Amino acid sequence: MVEAEKKLVEVRAKMSGVFYRRPSPDEPPYVEVGSVVKKKQVLALLETMKVFQKVKSPASGEIVEVTAEDQDGELMFVIEVG
Amino acid sequence: MFSRILVANRGEIALRVIRACKEIGVQTVGVHSEADVDSLHLELADQNVCIGPAMSAKSYLDIEAIVDAATSTGADAIHPGYGYLAENAEFASRCEERGITFIGPTTSNLRLAGDKIAAKRIIEAAGIPVVPSSRGGVRTVEEAITVSGEIGYPVMIKAAAGGGGRGIRVCHDAEGLREDFSVAKMESRASFGNDELYIERLITRPRHIEFQVLADRFGNVTHLGERECTIQRRYQKLIEESPSPALSANLRRKMGDAAIQAAGAVDYFNAGTVEFLLDEANRFYFMEINARIQVEHPVTELVTGKDLVKEQIRLSSGEELGYTFDDLNTRGWAIECRINAEDPERNFLPCPGTIERYRPPAGFGVRVDSHLYQGYELPVFYDSLIAKLISYDLSRKGAIDVMRRALGEFTISPIKTTIPLYLAIMEDAGFQAGEFDTGFINRFVPEDMDDDDDDDDD
Repeated sequence: MVEAEKKLVEVRAKMSGVFYRRPSPDEPPYVEVGSVVKKKQVLALLETMKVFQKVKSPASGEIVEVTAEDQDGELMFVIEVG
Repeated sequence: MFSRILVANRGEIALRVIRACKEIGVQTVGVHSEADVDSLHLELADQNVCIGPAMSAKSYLDIEAIVDAATSTGADAIHPGYGYLAENAEFASRCEERGITFIGPTTSNLRLAGDKIAAKRIIEAAGIPVVPSSRGGVRTVEEAITVSGEIGYPVMIKAAAGGGGRGIRVCHDAEGLREDFSVAKMESRASFGNDELYIERLITRPRHIEFQVLADRFGNVTHLGERECTIQRRYQKLIEESPSPALSANLRRKMGDAAIQAAGAVDYFNAGTVEFLLDEANRFYFMEINARIQVEHPVTELVTGKDLVKEQIRLSSGEELGYTFDDLNTRGWAIECRINAEDPERNFLPCPGTIERYRPPAGFGVRVDSHLYQGYELPVFYDSLIAKLISYDLSRKGAIDVMRRALGEFTISPIKTTIPLYLAIMEDAGFQAGEFDTGFINRFVPEDMDDDDDDDDD
């Protein structure tokens, strides 16, 4: 039995902006470490010059690290693709 | 007259207000966030106060910090510019409580203008046609779906406290509503500090025509002609002009009368804008009253000869209006292009960065309202509007010729701007003929994409 190959995918911001993990302050974060996400699922919001962009998952997998916390952050998530 | 005015804003509008104050001999106080220490308006103001950190919610939207700044500097009036606290009734009433004049509409005007649904009911009762919309604000996406089913798709989600196109999303079905409702809420909260939304029916292929109005404290109201604001992208105006190529003298009179009637129906004071949609059959519908000086006010100034910011200050100091539209002898044609730090080739993605080369156009018929200078670093925290380029000539064709020439001279690098888009539009036969609707921009940029398709993450 061969174990499926796993790799890590980094999610980086394409431009500087303000990082939001929640759709609104009184709602839970989009994802947490351990969340299983699908490709194109919304992971966070990024605000640049008052425009909010959805940060979408580049791959299906499991969030293993959230490196940015409601602040500027180039590297935002690490996803393990199984 | 006031002795010292605090300007509660940043960017080009802060400069605009400070310049008007200087011309009438009034002292100015500039305010700024920690991210704006290099802003040009701080150079022009007589004194400055830092009002908080970079995020607008903690600085330019901080009512107490701003009112305290006014008190500590001895300012007897505050000009709010546009956006931020310009239409915030609580702010206006805090100013009043502290004995500071809010240069703008009355607190009750702001409450009503901020409550677009209530405003529409009053306007409708006054006999002016309105666009079908939700009876009240919608709190949840389920409520939005129910209401939209009754009004009929396509619908727009709009910020109840909104303006300037922020927080507006078009939804063609319930699926779209589900996806965009919470994002619209976020944008609304970030821009206006309030996340109440309402739903409005989308009128297809309309023109957006608005009338500038001015009203004094004695019940005198006039309009100052219309502005054609049809060329928009995602409900953000891009190009405005005055007059509108779509209005006959007769239609102008009818819509101008409706604008004055609307302002009168709500006991409006100071400068405001009555927005209408004009459909293909030249039927017009009241949309809303914008209770502030607007970004596009310069086109009205150029054709009427009235400095609207000085008029706001004059009216707030208690003077009488003293004229009507017919006294103005409006003359010529003015066009404004809003130059944004956005990449039109990449779905208008914002482009913050340092301005390494800046050379604005000049010459006959050119006005530039901008806070840029060479070496300025555009902060990521604020609006992408970096300059307003306004051209003027006796004829519309002449104004287009001046605009084309001025756009060609305008150097802002290395960031991407919307200048190339405007150059293309000036060459367009449909634009030159004055024939367009709010979908015009889609001929120049890839079909208005949803954020879902923005990201090239594959």
